[in-house]
Amino acid sequence: MNWLLSKVEELSGENLYACYQCGKCSAGCPMVNEMDLLPNQVILLVIRGDESVVDTKTPWVCAQCYQCGVRCPKNVDITKIMEALRLIKLRQNIDHIKLEKVKKNLPQIALVSATRKYTG
Amino acid sequence: MKMVRIYIMGKEYRVPEGLTIMKAMEYAGYRYIRGSGCRAGFCGACATVYRKEGEYKLHADLACQTTVEDGMYLVQLPFTPANKAIYDLEKIRVDDKTLVNFYPEIARCVSCNTCTKACPQELDVMDYIQASLRGDVAKAAELSFDCIQCGLCAMRCPAEIAHYHVAQLARRLYGKYIAPRAKHLEKRVKEIEEGKFDKDMKKMMKMSIEELRKLYNARDIEPEEEV
Amino acid sequence: MQPVNILGDKMEIAYYPGCTLKTNAKEFEETAIKVFEKLGVRLKEINKWYCCGTVYSLATDNLMYRLAAIRNLIRAKEEGYDKLVTLCSICYNTLKQTNLMAKEDEDAMYKINSFMDEEPDYDGSVEVLHPLQILNEMMDEVKAKVKKPLDKKYAAYYGCLLLRPKEVAIDEYENPSVMERLIEALGGSAVDFPLKNECCGSYNVACNKEAVIDANYRIITNARKNGAEAIVTSCPLCHFNLKEIQKEVKKAYPDFVGLPVYYFTEIMAMAFGVKK
Ligand code: SF4
Ligand code: SF4
Ligand code: SF4
Ligand code: SF4
Ligand code: FES
Repeated sequence: MNWLLSKVEELSGENLYACYQCGKCSAGCPMVNEMDLLPNQVILLVIRGDESVVDTKTPWVCAQCYQCGVRCPKNVDITKIMEALRLIKLRQNIDHIKLEKVKKNLPQIALVSATRKYTG
Repeated sequence: MKMVRIYIMGKEYRVPEGLTIMKAMEYAGYRYIRGSGCRAGFCGACATVYRKEGEYKLHADLACQTTVEDGMYLVQLPFTPANKAIYDLEKIRVDDKTLVNFYPEIARCVSCNTCTKACPQELDVMDYIQASLRGDVAKAAELSFDCIQCGLCAMRCPAEIAHYHVAQLARRLYGKYIAPRAKHLEKRVKEIEEGKFDKDMKKMMKMSIEELRKLYNARDIEPEEEV
Repeated sequence: MQPVNILGDKMEIAYYPGCTLKTNAKEFEETAIKVFEKLGVRLKEINKWYCCGTVYSLATDNLMYRLAAIRNLIRAKEEGYDKLVTLCSICYNTLKQTNLMAKEDEDAMYKINSFMDEEPDYDGSVEVLHPLQILNEMMDEVKAKVKKPLDKKYAAYYGCLLLRPKEVAIDEYENPSVMERLIEALGGSAVDFPLKNECCGSYNVACNKEAVIDANYRIITNARKNGAEAIVTSCPLCHFNLKEIQKEVKKAYPDFVGLPVYYFTEIMAMAFGVKK
């Protein structure tokens, strides 16, 4: 197993090989227009060990809405896989945003969420 | 004289029982050029961390206030790097976003409570950060009132928050915009400006140290006025 | 009055506000407390609470982000409650998922309890509820309290976190109806629309606003095309993303026509004739 796949499986607790590439996750994803890689393609690339996946926009625009996960016929929770991909970066101490630059006066709920998903 | 073993940055020393960490370090031959100020628990300059033998706890305290114990491993943490936001108190407004706008990192607090455990002043540090996050400036000011800015909380925080700067801004905002104005203070400032004390001041400036000391010792201590 | 099963025999429940209910969403809290009082249910704010951390951490090994939620549950328990209610959908989701973990994951709880050595151990015994689950059982009482029946067409917007993951869903996760029933009970007419459980873009608003602008356009336009004259929600972040940025949506999409956005407790207050 390549390191990327084993890392993603370890962080997410999901079995990526269960996916049969039906595309239902991507069909229902509300953020898909903003993504450069479809959620089902993310799975494929991780299985192939293609590390470029951690540098795509997709995991960062994922809004953790759980839609893909509840709809997947194979019970693959992509929500968790997206989190794993974010964490691979964040845990190398590479933040996705600079908190000082974030727009002021956001509601607390938005700011706290952003710190949780975009800073390590 | 009973002696105890302590370890300063890993090196063993024997020092008399009953000394403060600060005195013990001096006894051991260290000289404070920085990291010491009031020697009375007020200035916050002498932050120290230590462990005791057979305990996983990392203690944080003031060197001038803590007595050495046998088997203490310690180091001074005289300074915590932290950015202070730049603001003009006259121009900023106080609302439920002021603190979080200047210090957005408080949104990273995970409520681990490490800061509270580290605080030598026994403040509810986590609680004042949480109050700050939800924009409760008055509560943050009240809970942090006794903060001496030693920096120990900030050194321990996994969210990389500089608590004491947040708290200081909260207290400044509280003092300027929220707390009721102290009437006696306003009155006194006016009197000073009107020159009511100029004559006495001039007189005192000519006095000898001895005379001044006498005057000081004989001063009236005013009872606190109700605000 | 009939006992409300979900509340047991008590008519008082511990209430966890969350940061945004004290800031941007004050009107949500104020109206909620008032309308529940009208219904005979007291939401009692717990004395001490901490930011729940919003979005639940999904990494198998991140227990740090669950500490705050556990502490809140401990506070409620300490104050003698076995049930805790929270208005914000995200707080609800985080507290609920964390409590499930507390009930099911012994290993994780061993670590958390050992780490929080200053706290009593927690075992998952405080049930986390959303007010809509309580209202679900009180529709007749709601009807009885209506003084000024609503006269608009409202689209109930659920978003994600009241419904997903399935384990924490307050209703049918693909086709919820509790808010629609509430709207009807208040005299309004409920409009069904396909995007009622689609995400508003959430925290993307902090650094990728275009995503939220697009989501806003899609959701509001979809509701409007189905006849809605206003949107009803239960999440302060949905509320912000749907309401506060409508001007920017209009700039990006000139054909966009906005809609007013309310918390479900606000329309209850209107119908009950409760002053803000
Ligand atoms: S819905 Fe499930 S099985 Fe289908 S492509 Fe997505 S992850 Fe794979
Ligand atoms: S959780 Fe992320 S990837 Fe899945 S549907 Fe929602 S936005 Fe898309
Ligand atoms: S709050 Fe922090 S800086 Fe202030 S006294 Fe306590 S530990 Fe020191
Ligand atoms: S140490 Fe930092 S993260 Fe932990 S409770 Fe204190 S402020 Fe929050
Ligand atoms: S030297 Fe001032 S507090 Fe210790």
